[in-house]
Amino acid sequence: MSERLSVLKTYKLFIGGKFPRTESGRSIKVADASGSVVAHTCRSSRKDLRNAVEAAEKAQPGWASANAYLRGQILYRMAEMLEGKRDELAAAISITGKVGKDAALAEMDASVDRLVAFAGWADKYPQILGCHNPVTGPYYNFSVPEPTGVVGVVCPDEPSLLGLVSLVAPVICSGNAVVLLASETNPIPACVLAEVLATCDLPGGVVNILTGLRDELVEHFATHRAIAGVFAAGVSDEHRTALEAGAAENMKRVQVLDLGPDLAAGFADDSAMESPWVIEPFVETKTIWHPVSS
Amino acid sequence: MAASPTVFQAVNSPTINRVSADARAASFTTRSIKTTAKDAGLRLALSMVDLTTLEGKDSPEKVRSLCAKARRPMPDDERVLGERLPSVAAVCVYPSMVPVAAEALGGSGINVASVATGFPSGQYPLDVRLRDTAKAIADGADEIDMVINRGAFLSGKYGIVAEEIAEVTAVCAQGGPGGREVHLKVILETGELETYDNVRRASDLAIAQIRDGDFIKTSTGKVSPAATMGVTLVMLEAIRDAWLRDGKRIGMKPAGGIRTAKQSLHYLAMVKETLGDAWLSPDWFRFGASSLADDILRQIVRRKTGRYTAGYDFGVA
Repeated sequence: MSERLSVLKTYKLFIGGKFPRTESGRSIKVADASGSVVAHTCRSSRKDLRNAVEAAEKAQPGWASANAYLRGQILYRMAEMLEGKRDELAAAISITGKVGKDAALAEMDASVDRLVAFAGWADKYPQILGCHNPVTGPYYNFSVPEPTGVVGVVCPDEPSLLGLVSLVAPVICSGNAVVLLASETNPIPACVLAEVLATCDLPGGVVNILTGLRDELVEHFATHRAIAGVFAAGVSDEHRTALEAGAAENMKRVQVLDLGPDLAAGFADDSAMESPWVIEPFVETKTIWHPVSS
Repeated sequence: MAASPTVFQAVNSPTINRVSADARAASFTTRSIKTTAKDAGLRLALSMVDLTTLEGKDSPEKVRSLCAKARRPMPDDERVLGERLPSVAAVCVYPSMVPVAAEALGGSGINVASVATGFPSGQYPLDVRLRDTAKAIADGADEIDMVINRGAFLSGKYGIVAEEIAEVTAVCAQGGPGGREVHLKVILETGELETYDNVRRASDLAIAQIRDGDFIKTSTGKVSPAATMGVTLVMLEAIRDAWLRDGKRIGMKPAGGIRTAKQSLHYLAMVKETLGDAWLSPDWFRFGASSLADDILRQIVRRKTGRYTAGYDFGVA
């Protein structure tokens, strides 16, 4: 019997709940430790980013107005679906040979747990970040957190899955929509995650996944005026400066997580990464005055 | 009763092969329009826009704000782009808003277009439709967008349709106060005409009744589908044939459903390749649209600055 030809998967983007190819037609090879190609991913262009932002803008108001309990339920569902792809995702995490099998499984489990943590926060963070302010006068005065809008997420190279989940979960938990740029060195877990997102009741467009080069796309994340904030980790000083300079032009929030040299250890720190204060950078505080009734 | 020659001619319109017409229309979306050609195309498209508001909730304030936008589509264009962008071709409103628009646009060179003749249905007695037209002209309309009697057309009463168009044309031909010239646009409402054969027949029928410099227009914007590339091509070809046959020169206005700058470039390619450069002017080609202008501005800004804009950067008018 002749030897079977291997079928390599070409991963597509995830925009507005659909899986389009990049409009640019370009791709990137992903190789394993021995250097042989194991998959292709899309090399997104600025136009893909534009399309993703449009999809996110459409989806965000509906997502923000979904009740907090439902958002929590959907995040939990996401964790369930992720758990169901445990082996596939662990294999994806270790596909480039940089992360061992056991470490990949541990990262996988930590990612599921992180989603569960923010599923829980979805209807509880407003109690922490909001308050009833004491004022002098016959008024109630409330401060309530509301989502910022469309948030760009620039993921670190490693950890490829936990880094992504840790940046995305707190942002969508409060009703923002996300356009994310996956790990450059190993985008496969993000692509597999897209298949989870497509089947977990998350409305299309709330999370949009791009793969490609930070050198090409960071600038557009920074300057696109419809992106209201950028959350990033593991970016170079140069990209950090580009984000901050571009954002200065249009007043968007930029939050670059500083986790020290060992990003994997930083992201694994539950107490820091599952704090409601990770949600805080991408909510806007609305203060309401209300007369005290007699 | 013998049919009048014009009516006979209209009935003898050529039949249209829908599949070929659609394929031909779709081919215009594959033109590569880049860099300087794109820049020029976007500015030309902007200058061809009939900025439109036709809603029950229109108020004088909304019309005034639309007129301000018509005069200067992007108020900070000189700061951001280093150039002054063209103003749009016309503002299109309901007859009751014509005095407001005429006052707000006075001296700008931007035309006031008014829908009339019982827009959007046209289902009113003829004398009411004619008075509707005359009143809009007296109030300051430079252009009248009339609707044809689709009920009569679809029941084969082409003579009635032709006669009604002729009567409205006569009202427009009298001009406005002070000898102001008034142009007519005949809305076929292609979404209700069912077939391309009907679109062609209605185009021929309208073209036979109107004057040089008048327009035919696809849609009211109240019926879906509104303007499509296919029906626009059929109408452009009717215009081309009239020009080649009789030397009569008619303008074209697709309206409704044209929302993106890219679409507008596709239409410009179609006009250029069907009628030639002579029709690439606001005097001969218009876009009836409400959100198109904003998308064109967005593209112009992106091409100049390299940055994408947000939906709230333009708009509100």
